[in-house]
Amino acid sequence: MKIAVSSTGKDLDSPVEPRFGRAPYLIIVDTDTLEFEALDNSASMNAFKGAGIQAAAMISRKGARVLLTGYCGPKAFEALEAAKIKVANNVTGKVKEAVTAFNGGLISFSDRPNAEAHW
Amino acid sequence: MIISVASGKGGTGKTTIATSMAFSVEGAVQLLDCDVEEPNAHLFVRPDITGAEIIYTPVPEVNMNRCTLCGTCSEICRFNAIVVLGETILPFTELCHGCGGCMLACPEKAIRETGRELGVIEYGSRKGLEFIHGKLRIGEAMAPPLIRKVREYAKPGFLTIIDAPPGTSCPVIAAMSGADFILLVTEPTPFGLHDLKLAVGAVKLLDIPCGLVINRSDIGDGRVREYALAENIPVLMEIPFARGIAEAYSRGEVLAQISSGWKEKFQELSERIKNIARQKSAGTSYA
Repeated sequence: MKIAVSSTGKDLDSPVEPRFGRAPYLIIVDTDTLEFEALDNSASMNAFKGAGIQAAAMISRKGARVLLTGYCGPKAFEALEAAKIKVANNVTGKVKEAVTAFNGGLISFSDRPNAEAHW
Repeated sequence: MIISVASGKGGTGKTTIATSMAFSVEGAVQLLDCDVEEPNAHLFVRPDITGAEIIYTPVPEVNMNRCTLCGTCSEICRFNAIVVLGETILPFTELCHGCGGCMLACPEKAIRETGRELGVIEYGSRKGLEFIHGKLRIGEAMAPPLIRKVREYAKPGFLTIIDAPPGTSCPVIAAMSGADFILLVTEPTPFGLHDLKLAVGAVKLLDIPCGLVINRSDIGDGRVREYALAENIPVLMEIPFARGIAEAYSRGEVLAQISSGWKEKFQELSERIKNIARQKSAGTSYA
């Protein structure tokens, strides 16, 4: 299965970025093979508005079924729900550790956003 | 002729100046309160409100029977207000600026316009003064389209006085652009000067003649005057920091009506503004 992790850097040793919409990179990882692709999220990072929505659309196009991140606001959450992507908030550590935790069943999904909307 | 009363810093006395000028000038005068996020001129004007108009902005509504999820609408929206997500398309109407681009771009003609309420415009009068103000709907973030609608009430042949919002962002530009003169109200404090410089920067971009009212003129220091001199911005009026003025304000009274002399000063102010604006339109530099 493909999952997305918000990341500060381009590889699996990078720390998880707590922000989703304005994360520098979104890493799409295949949980079986650990093959990954780092998506440059600078377009969303620099978006005037709707960064989380744009980021959600991007990982949806890449076929991610799950998102591991720190904080997810209401608009991004709504977009992820529409795209049928499950969200796990409050994820910390390296991207690789987050994927391992997910594979080990140690990650629980959120049923609501955990950050305020930004204007 | 349109005079927009603006400030940069909030709480400098825009409404005091706008209402006083509106009640002092003889002839056909309108006051437009364009501070739609927190309109307060009505507290001083106390108009008899005779009508209201609810204002909407167009937002997209998608017909899913026609939508092919091609994503053309998302691509042209710079505000991410409409997005294709998996098997669905999601409009985020609170982010929509109402440009109508997605409707034009949709190859399937699957998007139609529906309205999001921006707020309400109320109008009326008091002692021959026409009064119009906009009230932004609570929770609404976009003031400029409502401000532009309030400004559509400006009538040719009238002296139209606009009470602008504070700051220098989009709502202020919406309340200043196209005016014949910008009257900047400031106070001689470091904050007053700092925000005045920002406001003057915006006014210069709009290329509209401006002048200054210094309120609470006997506090602070001389740096606002020095700045005005260096920038060739005429100081058209000074109002002292006086207990009587503050007390009258707290009772909702108009400065030009509380004591002798102020009405004449505001008439003189409007005459000086008219002269400057006339010189500008005749091609002469006012500065």
